[in-house]
This record gives sequence, C-alpha cells and structure tokens, in this order.
Amino acid sequence: MAEDVKEESVTSNDESDLVASDGSLNNKMLTEGSCLLRRMEICVAEAEKRSGKNAVSMQETYTVYLVETRPMDTIAEGRNPPPDSLWRRYSEFELLRNYLIVTYPYIVVPPLPEKRAEFVWHKLSADNMDPDFVERRRIGLENFLLRVASHPVLSNNEMLYHFLSKEHGWKEMLYETGFQAKADSRLRALSATFRVRSPHKRLVEIKHYSDGLQSHTSQLLRARTRVADRLYAVYKVHGNYGRVFSEWSAIEKEMGDGLQSAGHHMDAYAASVDDILEEEEHYADQLKEYLSYAEAVRAVCRKHELSQFELEMASQDLISKKQQREELATGIVRTFSLKGMTNKLFGQEAPEQREAKLSLLEELIAEGEETVKEKTAECNEHAEKAWADIIHFKDQKDKDLQEALINYAFMQITMCKKGIQVWNNAKECFLKM
Amino acid sequence: MSVGAPRGLASSGQKLITEILHPLSAAEEPLSPGPDVTISAEKDKEPGLANGTPLEISSPASASVLLSRLQLDGDPEADAHDPFGSGEPRDLFVTVDDPKKHVSTMETYITYRVSTKTTRIEFDLPEYSVRRRYQDFDWLRIKLEDSQPTHLVPPLPEKFVMKGVVDRFSEEFVDTRMKALDKFLKRVADHPVLSFNPHLNAFLTAKDLNKRQGLALLTKVGESVKNVAGGYKLRARPAEFCAMGEYLDMFSQKLGTIDRIAQRILREQSEYLTELREYGAVYSAWAGSEEQLQRPLEGVAGCVTTSCGALEDLSDNMSQDFLPVLREYVLYIESMKNVLRKRDQVQAEYEGRLEAAVLRKQEDRTPIPVEVEKCQDKVECFNADLKADWERWQRNKRQDFKQLLTGMADKNISYYEKSQAAWESLITLLQEKQTEDKTSETN
Repeated sequence: MAEDVKEESVTSNDESDLVASDGSLNNKMLTEGSCLLRRMEICVAEAEKRSGKNAVSMQETYTVYLVETRPMDTIAEGRNPPPDSLWRRYSEFELLRNYLIVTYPYIVVPPLPEKRAEFVWHKLSADNMDPDFVERRRIGLENFLLRVASHPVLSNNEMLYHFLSKEHGWKEMLYETGFQAKADSRLRALSATFRVRSPHKRLVEIKHYSDGLQSHTSQLLRARTRVADRLYAVYKVHGNYGRVFSEWSAIEKEMGDGLQSAGHHMDAYAASVDDILEEEEHYADQLKEYLSYAEAVRAVCRKHELSQFELEMASQDLISKKQQREELATGIVRTFSLKGMTNKLFGQEAPEQREAKLSLLEELIAEGEETVKEKTAECNEHAEKAWADIIHFKDQKDKDLQEALINYAFMQITMCKKGIQVWNNAKECFLKM
Repeated sequence: MSVGAPRGLASSGQKLITEILHPLSAAEEPLSPGPDVTISAEKDKEPGLANGTPLEISSPASASVLLSRLQLDGDPEADAHDPFGSGEPRDLFVTVDDPKKHVSTMETYITYRVSTKTTRIEFDLPEYSVRRRYQDFDWLRIKLEDSQPTHLVPPLPEKFVMKGVVDRFSEEFVDTRMKALDKFLKRVADHPVLSFNPHLNAFLTAKDLNKRQGLALLTKVGESVKNVAGGYKLRARPAEFCAMGEYLDMFSQKLGTIDRIAQRILREQSEYLTELREYGAVYSAWAGSEEQLQRPLEGVAGCVTTSCGALEDLSDNMSQDFLPVLREYVLYIESMKNVLRKRDQVQAEYEGRLEAAVLRKQEDRTPIPVEVEKCQDKVECFNADLKADWERWQRNKRQDFKQLLTGMADKNISYYEKSQAAWESLITLLQEKQTEDKTSETN
C-alpha cells in the first residue's frame, strides 16, 4: 500500500471543519493513506498509581499511563520541544478501541494488552498492580497506539487525535457520537451467523482461519506456561546442590575449596532462571497480541455476515412485497397467503381499496429497492474493505510472528549459553578438587 | 619380641596356599604380621630402609607400598595416571565385560566375562578369561572380607532388585551393574594386599568356581579376628579412628542428600520433558494451518524436539552413571564402618585381657601371657592396615568424585550445546528466509 510521506502537522484547532461525515479528519493537507504516526511521535512513557472515588463513590486504586506526543516536523527541524502529554487509564483505551470497532466494522482493529493477567506460570504474579505486569501493559498500550496511528484508515480518526491531545472532555465527546447505540448486540450477530444463506466465501475461510489462530495461540500459551513452571523447578532444585556442596566442603581437606566454589555456581545457576523466564514473558505478550487479533478478525467476518444477513432479509422482504403487488394486480394467488384465503372466503375487496393498497405497495417496493441497493453496496464495500485490511493484517502477522519466533530462538540460545558458562565454571572447580 | 615394639608395615596375613594347608605351623610362626614366605624372584629386590636396616617383609606388594611411602606423598601425577593405585607398577589387569544371558529350566541369569592379564608369579598363565555371575562376585567379596578383615574391601552393586520394579535383564540395568562389577574388581586388583588374596586368584582363574573350596583358605589373621571375643568395652579409641568414624558418618549423610537431590532433579526433568514435548507438538499443529509461517513454526517444533532428545540423554546418563556411583560409595562407607567397629572390638579385647593379666601379675606374679601380646599385635596390625587403606581410600575417593562431578558437568554442558546448535541453525534458516522475503517484496 503506497503511503505518501507528508510531514504536515495538524495546526488547526477549529474542530468543526476538521471533521468529515465518517469521523475522519478533513484536513486539506491530509490525503488518503497518510497516517498519524508520520506526523506525530507517540509513546506511552510512564505509569503511575492513583487513588480516587469511582462512579459508586468507592475508594479505588488504579494505574494511569502517560501518553506523550510530539509533532514530527519540529523534530525534523532539529528543535526538541517537550512533548505534550496527558494521563489515560486502561478503561479509556478500551473506550477508544470500542469506538473504533463500531466506527470501522470492516477493519481489524489492533488489540489492547490483556485486561487481566492470564496464562500465568505460578511464580509470576497475577496481580494487576504488580510492577512487572504494569510495565508490560505500558508497552502493550504503546504498541496499540502505534499500530492504530500507523493504520491507513484508523489513523485518520478524529477521536483518536482527541484521545492523544485532549485530556478532559474526551470521553464526553466520544459519548456524543452515539457510537454505543450502533454497537451490535451479540445475539443478533450470532443468529446472523447461523441464518445467513450465502456468506462471503473468502470471509468464511478467514473466519475459520481466525478460529484456528485463536485456538493455536491459546494452546501455545497454555503449554508454554506449563513448560515454564517445570523449567523453574528444575533450575531451583539445583540450588540444593549449592547448599550440600558447601556443607560437604566443611568436612573435606583438599576437596573443600573446589566443592565450595562449585556450590556457589550451582546457586548462580538456580538463580538464573528468573531472568530467563522474565524475558520469555515478552514473547508470550506477542503471542497474546495475536490471540486478541484473531478475535478482532473474527469480529470483522461476523459483522459482514450480519450485513449480509440484513441484506438477505431486505431482499426477502422486497421479493415478498413484489409478490403481493403481483397478486393484487392480477388477482391470482400464487402462493398461499392469508389475504388470498380471506379473499376466497369473504370475497375480494373493492377496487378503490385495491388501488390504495397497490400504491402503498409501490412506495414500499421503491423504498425496498433502494434499501436493497444500499445494503448490497454496503455489503460489497464492506467485503472489499475487509478483505483489503485482512490481507494487510496477514502480511503484518507473518512478519511480526516470524520476528517473534526469531527472538524466541535468540532467547533459547542465551539460555543455553548461560547454562554452558555456569557448568563450565562448576567443572573448573571440580577439576581443582 | 616385646609387647609394644613398633611394628612395620601395612600387610597382614599374606599366605601362599601351601602355608595355609598346614595350620599346625601357626604355632611356630613369629608374631610379625609379615609373612615369612619369601618369593624367590623378589628376594634380590628386597628393599631396605635408608639406614640399611633390612626389612622383614618380602611380599612384593608390601615392598612396593613401602617404596611408595618413601616417595613423595600424594603425588598428583601418580593420581592422574593411576587413579586406583598409589604409584605402584601395575602387574595385574582385570576387566569385566561381555554380558550374556543364560536360560536354564531352573533360572535365568547373566554372566560376565572376566579377563585377566598379569605377570605375577602367583598366576600360572599370563592371561585368563572366565565367565562369572553376580553370585560369584558376592562370594569373592565375602571371602575377602572374612580373610582380610583389617582391610577395606570395595563394595558391590546392590544384590537384590525388586522383580517387577526393575527389569533385571534390561540393557541399562545390566550395563550399570557390569560397570560396577568392573570397578569392584579393579579396586581389588589394585589393592596391595587384597590383590594377592588366593580367593581372588581362584576367582580369576578357576574354570569352575567351587565355592565350597573357600573354607580351607581362611587366613590365620582372619580367623583370629573373626573369633574376637565379644563383651569387651572399648576404653579410649584413638583420635584418628574417631575422626574416621565421624567423617564417614557425615560423608554418608552428604552422599544421601546428594542422591536425593539428583533423584529430584531427574523427576523434575522428566516432567519438564513431558511438557516440552507437548509444547513442540502445538507448534507443529499450528504450522499446518499457516503458509508463510509454516517453515518457521516447523523449525521451532524441530528445535524443541532436538532439545527433548538431548534432555533425555542427560537424564539417562545421570541415572545410569551418576546415581549408581553415589550409591556404591554409601555401601562402601557402610562396610568401612563395619571394619572400624571390628577394630574397636579387637582393641577392646586386648585392653580387657591386658587389664586382667596385669591384675593377676600384681596378685601372684604370673607373667603376662603370650595371648595378650598376640592381641596387642593384632591391634597394631589392624590399625596399621586400616590407616594405610584409609589413605588409599581417601585418594581414590577424591579421584572418583572429581571424575563423577566433572562428568555431571560435562553431560549438562553437552545438553546445552546440542540445544544451542539446533536453535542457531534455525536462526540462520529464518534470517535467510527474512532476506528472501524482503527481496521478493521489493521486486
């Protein structure tokens, strides 16, 4: 996808002429395909604990994250202004994401880091307040913003811009868009899945693929947790060698020094597993991101099914209305209908009534045809855009996961090297025994 | 010889078969622990002390023990070349190998080939090859203990295995046992006194080991030690033997702890292995549903599998080579503690008899009987043998554990090296793929 690199900064503060009908920024200098990230440096710099009263006046502790932004052009010019910054809570990120999902139903919206710590191997804390968890969440939130801000479609969104620049009043602005009403009920979406007659074949394939992706990544995360638990145990038990070698060295003459030193290396070995597994959490986070991405992909496919279903309903409705018109016009009852029955039983209506009914029907049919045309266009557009974004997603996924696997391999090599070093050190001590 | 005169050397009860068959000659034998029997070839080589005093011993083993004593103590070079010896020239080489299964109507059992190469004159031929089963080794050990009670006899691997729990005929079990039997025999063959024991000779050379024959070969010292009267209480154990006992207790305890730790590690590694295998399988399964990612995912699955194999090797090595040696040492320590206890008994008997004799002398001027002097000789003989064997055992122990622990380190290093190699080759593969992808993109 060709992206024009434009180093413009958003200078206008007048929001009214900024916003187009679909919520995207209407800055004249903006073109389709340039993205926010080119114009603005974004990062989630810090995290802090806050205390306050929540909606039901209960005292709660929560974490806020510092979102910093700097216009790119000032950096390019060599000036180094301090960044603009504001504090956001996780729930505000969630709100933004939900808004984007509703507003762009055909886009695979990047996921947020997990709400609660899952796939936790036993030593790791499942506490949301744990500093390591908060740190990984900070990275995840930054990742989310970077992905959204570099997306060709999402990055143009006005609410995103306000999220990054308007600390207070952003929520109210968001609610005013009325997006929550547009959110689909899950029941409707689910029933559409079952009742849709001719779903988009390729999107159905993608849906199956995303199911697979979700299943595989969650299996992998679970298996990794179990492996981590076991690895931890293996390393830690070696620490016992440290103690017993030390005790043993006390009763030996020539062997004492070697044993004592070797014992220290065994202790070091046991301790080394903590860093190893902490490092691996980053890999797990990358897998978790794609686990969530799978959900996002499925959401897009489902939305399309819903659209398709509505289209089919509308078409069905149109067909039946046309049939009614035909019956009314020709007097021939093709199919069984209540009208036909009552006609038979009670005789047909007066011609004036028939005329009135016919003209009403014509109106409805005209409307219906419009609706079907709109919905068909919508459906096709949705399918096209979804397909394009899914291709984009697939490429990104392949690159990201390959990168992740390479990093994982490097982690394993580091672990092996550390192990070799420790055992070599111990071996030297043993040789001096 | 007066009671209390210092005795020489660490050698006891060395007898040729011919001597032993004439028990009546015992009365005429001097109290010296050294055998009177001379072996003609060695007579010319009889060493003397630096001041020219001739030594009363003439068995080649005790001569070379003396020689090594006069040499530098604890020569590390010697240890490196000859982990079991103390710098003596080796003239008896034994090996245990070639296990074979024998099936008869009554029982099934394994025999091992015992090969001997020697230049010693006690042996009629320079080479022997016989087949022996575990029972035969057990017989030998009992005979050695009985006939040389003042010496530390190396242990055998465990006799009893629970049928159904351990497969007595599995390759691993047989191999582990064979290595332990080989070690046992080598330690005996390297011992300056035990290696001359006629039972060993019979074990190494006889076509059919008639185990009943053993009864006639009991040595004089052996007999006398066996017949130590009980019921004497030890007054004061010499400090060095106290120290030995304490050391053995503590060392045995440490070994027990190490054994438990090693077993725990094996258990944890086994669980880790199970989870790791499943983990690898998930990567494979995922690869099936991907296109671009198929090769990388398969690659990771492959590395995990390689690591699993390497881990299995490590665990097998530890359970087959490491744990048996630990257990063997625990058995060794047990038998050593028995020897220490016997020494205590011998000393107690001497002290008891001495006290009684002294009292009687005070009463009616009866001279101290010869038996009491004999007891004193026994004590000193025992002490000397034990001290020499202790030194030897300490040296061997140091070598053995150096080897054992270095081996453990090596096996762990090998495991990590194998795993690292697999992951490194995967990275090369994946990075090549990355550049491929990039070039195809720009094209």
